[in-house]
Amino acid sequence: MRRRLFKNLITPPCTEAVSEATAGFEAAAEELRGAIARRLGRSLAIREVDAGSCNGCELEIHALSNAFYDVERFGIRFVASPRHADVLLVTGPVTLNMREALERTWAAMPAPKWVIAVGDCGAGCGVFADSYACVGAVSKVLPVDLVIRGCPPTPAQLLQGLLWLLRADGRAAADMA
Amino acid sequence: MLKALFADSSPDGAHQGWPRVPVDADVWRAIGEALREGKLDLLGLWGDLGAVQCVLYEPATRQIASASLDARSGKVPSLAPFHAPASRLERAASDLFGLEFTGLPDRRPWLDHGRWPVQHPLAESSRPGAILPPYQFLQAEGPSLHQIPVGPVHAGIIEPGHFRFTASGETVVRLEERLGYTHKGIERLLCGKSIDAAARLAARVSGDSTVAYSLVFARAVEAALGSRPPPRALWLRAVMAELERIANHLGDVGAICNDAAFSMMHAECGILREQTLRACASAFGHRLMMDLIVPGGVAADLEPAGVAAILALTEALRGQFPELVELYENTASLQDRTVGTGIVSGALAAQFAAPGVVGRASGRAFDARLCVPYPPYDTAPLQIAARSEGDVDARVWVRIQEIQHSIGWLERALASLPDGPVREIVRAVPTSSVEGAALVEGFRGEVLGYVRLGVGRRIERCHLRDPSWLLWPLLEAAIEGNIVADFPLCNKSFNCSYSGHDL
Repeated sequence: MRRRLFKNLITPPCTEAVSEATAGFEAAAEELRGAIARRLGRSLAIREVDAGSCNGCELEIHALSNAFYDVERFGIRFVASPRHADVLLVTGPVTLNMREALERTWAAMPAPKWVIAVGDCGAGCGVFADSYACVGAVSKVLPVDLVIRGCPPTPAQLLQGLLWLLRADGRAAADMA
Repeated sequence: MLKALFADSSPDGAHQGWPRVPVDADVWRAIGEALREGKLDLLGLWGDLGAVQCVLYEPATRQIASASLDARSGKVPSLAPFHAPASRLERAASDLFGLEFTGLPDRRPWLDHGRWPVQHPLAESSRPGAILPPYQFLQAEGPSLHQIPVGPVHAGIIEPGHFRFTASGETVVRLEERLGYTHKGIERLLCGKSIDAAARLAARVSGDSTVAYSLVFARAVEAALGSRPPPRALWLRAVMAELERIANHLGDVGAICNDAAFSMMHAECGILREQTLRACASAFGHRLMMDLIVPGGVAADLEPAGVAAILALTEALRGQFPELVELYENTASLQDRTVGTGIVSGALAAQFAAPGVVGRASGRAFDARLCVPYPPYDTAPLQIAARSEGDVDARVWVRIQEIQHSIGWLERALASLPDGPVREIVRAVPTSSVEGAALVEGFRGEVLGYVRLGVGRRIERCHLRDPSWLLWPLLEAAIEGNIVADFPLCNKSFNCSYSGHDL
């Protein structure tokens, strides 16, 4: 283990800069990003809820925490309790069996709070449209502030969406690294 | 055993992949006896319009066969009194089709939480949804016992499900799972779909196994229509399947260590996993390789640059992974958590036909790539990984071995990839219903697929059985007598799918 730790000390990190592309996500309101940045500075606590996803989005959300994307360097972190969260990140076509749990998680979050719908399912039910078991887009259940599409969105796309929220003054995301 | 059971019946000619034998209730019960005696493994059981079907595997002869039973009366004898693993499968079939399994000891609904607008959504005449009585968890009573309810929303970024622990102090006396939260109604969505639309749905049953699901669906359709994809496509499919296995196993090895508070391993494995996904993206155009395996072949050919990307990956893994294995092996504090924790006995693994890593860590020498081989594994076999201790440590080691085997297999495969087309448009148009079935070894275990196509090649019925159906009950057994704090460790070492199970 010592050898490994030493090696990691002398090798550069694999963390990468993030491009500023804004394709692939759409916000309910442009003033959103200013609002969040004013309220929270550069600290964003996210509670993730899988509302019936196939787990593909979760895999890529997980990847945000690996050494390449290292989301914590931007002040973004995933929290265990909705009580600690600013943002609810929701995936899946909101199944009827998960609807109540999703609503309760949202209700447990203190204001100010925002909702991000992730993936084609969260955005508009995806391939599960017209199922007896799904409500549909997250926006049918909660007020959605930002939508990040993709099946699943790549970690780079997810990161761009999250950083857009925090960019109060339009500074390039790469500058924030 | 299978031969003797089906001596008086002849297989249905419309079913391909392996035989499906229509049987009567007496033979159905005889199947139950054979399962109880451990002579057969139950791989799956599902409902259909006016019928039930089960898939049986005979370990002694490596034969596989389906049996179907007429259920137009709405009643069928339950296999659960003979064979406990049938219980949840029958409860699900009962929820979806309204079938009554006579003798089924556990009559609680499973997937239906009383929130759908319909009851029995796949039955010929479904009823309006009803509010169900609160779910009764099984009792565990005694002095100082207390319950810990967990979920469906968990602390981490994982899928939803409910766990009800009964604990005596720190020790888990009983765990009961309550699943079905991610039920998306996939089986009804599949009905009436074109083959292409159904393939997209199949790819999204469980996102981490999208390659395995696309493959099992494609193979079942191809079996039904009697088509055979070109050789290069068969090899590319297996290349994708092994890449998916490596990526997921890397993630799991890291996550298991993370749940033992050894986050360094998680970080290191996370780097290798990311490199794997990036190699997949540059070779096939999608990090998880979604929608790339289609009936008839594959949707994208592998260019020389893609081959180079995969070979660069295997070289990187060869350089770095052994160091991590050594780290796992030589860290006493980590071994202290994994060795002897969450044991699944060999007897239980055999009874539940425990798929994949969990079975192979408990001495069940089954791997669909070897035991029910399909191309290209029939001519290019892989070594089977095997341990018998059945604890978290054994499951880590099976994953480590499988990563190593897959790396070697990929390198050999890429060196001898056949040339030629990668897709053959399936033209066969059936004049009556045709059926196909297939078994594919995913990273978690074997995925079972059954497809029935009707006139116009529309899906009449498609059932995709995730290995998690047979793994979830074993997790309840594995945690018994362990401490609550070891549950994440045990759970991660199984890494069952919620979405694949809930469908």
